[in-house]
Amino acid sequence: MNPIISISKLTKTYASGLQALKAVDLEIRVGEIFALLGPNGAGKTTLISTVCGIVTPSSGTVSVGGHDIARDFRAARRLIGLVPQELHTDMFETVWSTVAFSRGLFGLAPDAAHLERVLRDLSLWERRKDRIMHLSGGMKRRVLIAKALAHEPRVLFLDEPTAGVDVELRQDMWALVRRLRETGVTVILTTHYIEEAEEMADRIGVINHGELIVVEEKARLMRQLGQKQLIVHLQDPMTEVPPALAEWKLSLGAQGTELEFTFNSAEDDDARIPRLLRRMHELGIGFRDLQTRQSSLEDIFVSLVRRPRVQPAAARAQA
Amino acid sequence: MSAALPPSGFNARGVAAIYRFEMARFLRTLWQSLATPVLTTALYLLVFGAAIGSRMSQIDGVSYGAFIVPGLIMLTILTESLNNASFGIYMPKFTGTIYEILSAPVSAFEIVLGYVGAAATKSVVLGLVILATASLLVPIEIRHPLPMLAFLVLVSVSFSLFGFILGVWANSFERLQFVPMLIITPLTFLGGAFYSIDMLPGEWRTVSLFNPVFYLISGFRWTFHGTAEVGVWISLATTLLFALVCLALVAWIFRTGYRLKS
Ligand SMILES: Nc1ncnc2c1ncn2[C@@H]1O[C@H](COP(=O)(O)OP(=O)(O)OP(=O)(O)O)[C@@H](O)[C@H]1O
Ligand SMILES: [Mg+2]
Repeated sequence: MNPIISISKLTKTYASGLQALKAVDLEIRVGEIFALLGPNGAGKTTLISTVCGIVTPSSGTVSVGGHDIARDFRAARRLIGLVPQELHTDMFETVWSTVAFSRGLFGLAPDAAHLERVLRDLSLWERRKDRIMHLSGGMKRRVLIAKALAHEPRVLFLDEPTAGVDVELRQDMWALVRRLRETGVTVILTTHYIEEAEEMADRIGVINHGELIVVEEKARLMRQLGQKQLIVHLQDPMTEVPPALAEWKLSLGAQGTELEFTFNSAEDDDARIPRLLRRMHELGIGFRDLQTRQSSLEDIFVSLVRRPRVQPAAARAQA
Repeated sequence: MSAALPPSGFNARGVAAIYRFEMARFLRTLWQSLATPVLTTALYLLVFGAAIGSRMSQIDGVSYGAFIVPGLIMLTILTESLNNASFGIYMPKFTGTIYEILSAPVSAFEIVLGYVGAAATKSVVLGLVILATASLLVPIEIRHPLPMLAFLVLVSVSFSLFGFILGVWANSFERLQFVPMLIITPLTFLGGAFYSIDMLPGEWRTVSLFNPVFYLISGFRWTFHGTAEVGVWISLATTLLFALVCLALVAWIFRTGYRLKS
């Protein structure tokens, strides 16, 4: 199937000289939930804003649903709903009028039934006659989502939708994202809560200093990069790892009461753990308990972002 | 959710959405919007028309009170067009809500049509309200009503365009106020809103000829009294030229994304 969004060699250098995107290539599949992760200032918002037409790219091309965002901007933008990172709202408008405005702005005929559905889905229906300035921050974020959904987009960008949002709203939001996916809407989101990406996303992209360093299926990413640890709680503490166990490169922890074996679940051969345990048995090393730990996406993320960069950016010193 | 996509091409609904949004903003402050100019006009007519005007001879065959009405209307139209159009585009920039306009399937032309159309509509309505107020206070005769209306619309549109540019350019509220207060108001006063430049000594007359607002007032006055300091075609040409310059600037703004996009 053709990608719904395809980004090719996209670069953005701001007027300040800062290069926020460096030749980004990315294809988003129809109907997937794609999570874009990266530290503050990595270029996530810049990437989203460029696709949506708010930031002018320095070079490269983007197409949405096969429509080039510059040449065929009307067709491309009609497909997109954007929920920005910041709470940009009109103060004096009512919830209903701002949502109706969004639908009109995108060129669609009024459809009160659709707007009602959207507002009810976001628990905003009761507040539809309120002025936006009287709403709480979380409610304002719901309003922004309602505005983005008012014109029935096929692609929804959520730029940190759960920043500063309570648990209940977060869960509502994820329920909404799942419902949208069921109707075939593609969702691209950025988040700093890695558990969210872990729970929601089909694929994950990691961006750092304007470069997409990884784009991978979530499950594959976690398998490939997923370090696992086996911790053996010993019956009797030891002072050093016996030379006979050198093969496993074990480390000793907790005052000599724990042996740690770190292995990669994808690369290592499955027989290594049983062999280690058998060997320990042969050596008469007794243990009370076994524990395994799999690295979370967060660990993977931190290790990716901390990885020394191939080219230290000399240009950044000037910025 | 299957969106029935509208036909591509001109996004009339988008223009209407922006236009209605702006008109709703005006209606929210309807009484302030109307009270200030109406009160100001009444005061000017009372002070200049009745108190001072009674000691002055007629100008070009009309009473002084009636003579200053076109200038008074122009004064309001120019400042209101500038203020409304500049505020209209400045606020979304300031609050950040412009993200939605920039990411919507509306062209530059459609955006301008919505914002400038709404600001110009308000100016025209205000102009007519002031005219009605003035006609209660002084006898007014309009020799050329249709050209009068056309001039009113043309000037409202031109200065709303200018206001749009101002709003895009401004990056603070001070700057937003700067041009109307410090440039347009003096130019209007010096452009003969309250006198005929024929009353000025020679060198000052020449200076006035470099004031674009002078041509606007002169042309507008012609539609009322049938006479003016310069020919009506010169006035019309100057106004059109001004509108074209503004249009070119707006086109440039959208081509380069100047102060709208980074
Ligand atoms: N309008 C702008 N002008 C100049 N530089 C900018 C502009 N917008 C963003 N930047 C810079 O570009 C880089 C990327 O910013 P961006 O907002 O895309 O990061 P982000 O990944 O969204 O970060 P965060 O997680 O904090 O939202 C940052 O260094 C930022 O300072
Ligand atoms: Mg961001």
